[in-house]
Amino acid sequence: MNDDNLIERFKPADRANHWLTAITLILVALSGLALFHPAFFWLTNFFGGGTWTRILHPFIGVVLAISFGLLAKRFHADNRITDADREWVRRFRDVVANRDQNLPEVGRYNAGQKLLFWVMVTTIALLLVSGIVIWQPWFAPWFSIGLTRVAVLIHALAAFVLTAGVIVHIYAVIWIKGTLTWAKHHHPGWYREVSKGTK
Amino acid sequence: MALQSLDITSRSATTTPSPGVRQTQKVAKLIDISKCIGCKACQVACMEWNDLRDEIGTNHGVYDNPLDLTDKSWTVMRFSEVELEKGKLEWLIRKDGCMHCADPGCLKACPAPGAIVQYSNGIVDFHEEHCIGCGYCITGCPFNIPRLSKKDDKVYKCTLCSDRVSVGMEPACVKTCPTGALVFGSKEDMIQHAEERIVDLKSRGYNNAGLYDPPGVGGTHVMYVLQHADQPQIYNGLPKDPQISLLVELWKGVLKPIMSLGLGLVALTGFFHYMTVGPNEVKEDANESRHGR
Repeated sequence: MNDDNLIERFKPADRANHWLTAITLILVALSGLALFHPAFFWLTNFFGGGTWTRILHPFIGVVLAISFGLLAKRFHADNRITDADREWVRRFRDVVANRDQNLPEVGRYNAGQKLLFWVMVTTIALLLVSGIVIWQPWFAPWFSIGLTRVAVLIHALAAFVLTAGVIVHIYAVIWIKGTLTWAKHHHPGWYREVSKGTK
Repeated sequence: MALQSLDITSRSATTTPSPGVRQTQKVAKLIDISKCIGCKACQVACMEWNDLRDEIGTNHGVYDNPLDLTDKSWTVMRFSEVELEKGKLEWLIRKDGCMHCADPGCLKACPAPGAIVQYSNGIVDFHEEHCIGCGYCITGCPFNIPRLSKKDDKVYKCTLCSDRVSVGMEPACVKTCPTGALVFGSKEDMIQHAEERIVDLKSRGYNNAGLYDPPGVGGTHVMYVLQHADQPQIYNGLPKDPQISLLVELWKGVLKPIMSLGLGLVALTGFFHYMTVGPNEVKEDANESRHGR
């Protein structure tokens, strides 16, 4: 395969944006876990102790929300759910068993990727709003104790869904080995589109 | 925030037993509202013993001063004027502060190991050097007691003078009370003393007099004798049936363990999927034959 045959899946700005999101998400997940269950409290050591973890977590979270907001703006058009996606989800058994021949043709993103996208849009929005309500010492004093109780619950639930989703995403990256052939095989619809005009 | 360490019943964000070889007697402070004259000597004694001086505030036109608990005012007198019977004004004065719950919501909510401890004598104490300033205890407390300091972002509240109690003295507020409205001793004795007071109050026409030792939080180590125990709310909003909010229970009692386990399972599932089904690799020729074009 020579250089003429390369296709560009993501522009450099897309990649930078993705990795800023990824790094802040990992940091915010680790610091959040540290404060969620004592079994993970040792993770505060990565952030300079418990108090620093408490101070840094929300700021990293805001950077994540902004970074993901920009990413969502770039990617949302390609993440519309189609009938083929619904079919893909129905054949989930074939997906996990690597029986790709039974799956409908996939465009730029498959239904799993699209689902993760929308899970992230929803949970990050919820985390941002509920996080502001419990953000000490800046914003929490503005809100009633009753509201902070609802907010901590939403924050924990949304964080769980997001973290579980991202673990699946990271695993999928390890699971699926990708090249040009991979693009032809897994995203044929998109492959035809980007290779239009080349030989 | 005394530093006894051998008589700890529970410790925040800790999943193993706390050092507890030394068993101490359960203590309680009894606040007899019918005897309180609102002199605020207890407020002064509290700031004296704990060596705290709150900011000089402004007069809000009411007796309550300061108007609310702060990181430096761990107890305040709350004055309520109520007229339960027409023409019979009652001036109810309640000394507010930490109730030292047997089932403390603050301790349950706290994510910092050892920042909140409960001694075997029942005192719930904050160890501010371990506090990370997240304010979860404020979310967990059913009585709205902990206050976050603007100076150091640590929370503070009444310690029930755990330092004095640990060496056999009564809390500073009790020591100073001129009317005997505050008494301190074993919880058992305090309940008995309260019962005698209630008999007296009933004989003087307070038919609903009773002890405030709310079972919803497992009982408290600060208790009130109320003239109108059927309506604790009239004492400046003392909750009728306080308990740790269901939302906090759900957060710390259910979601915390289940979701932590859940994340581990998700990661493990991935690992075993890779070990059994294996990676999804596309071979050049296989691709051509499958999606022939």
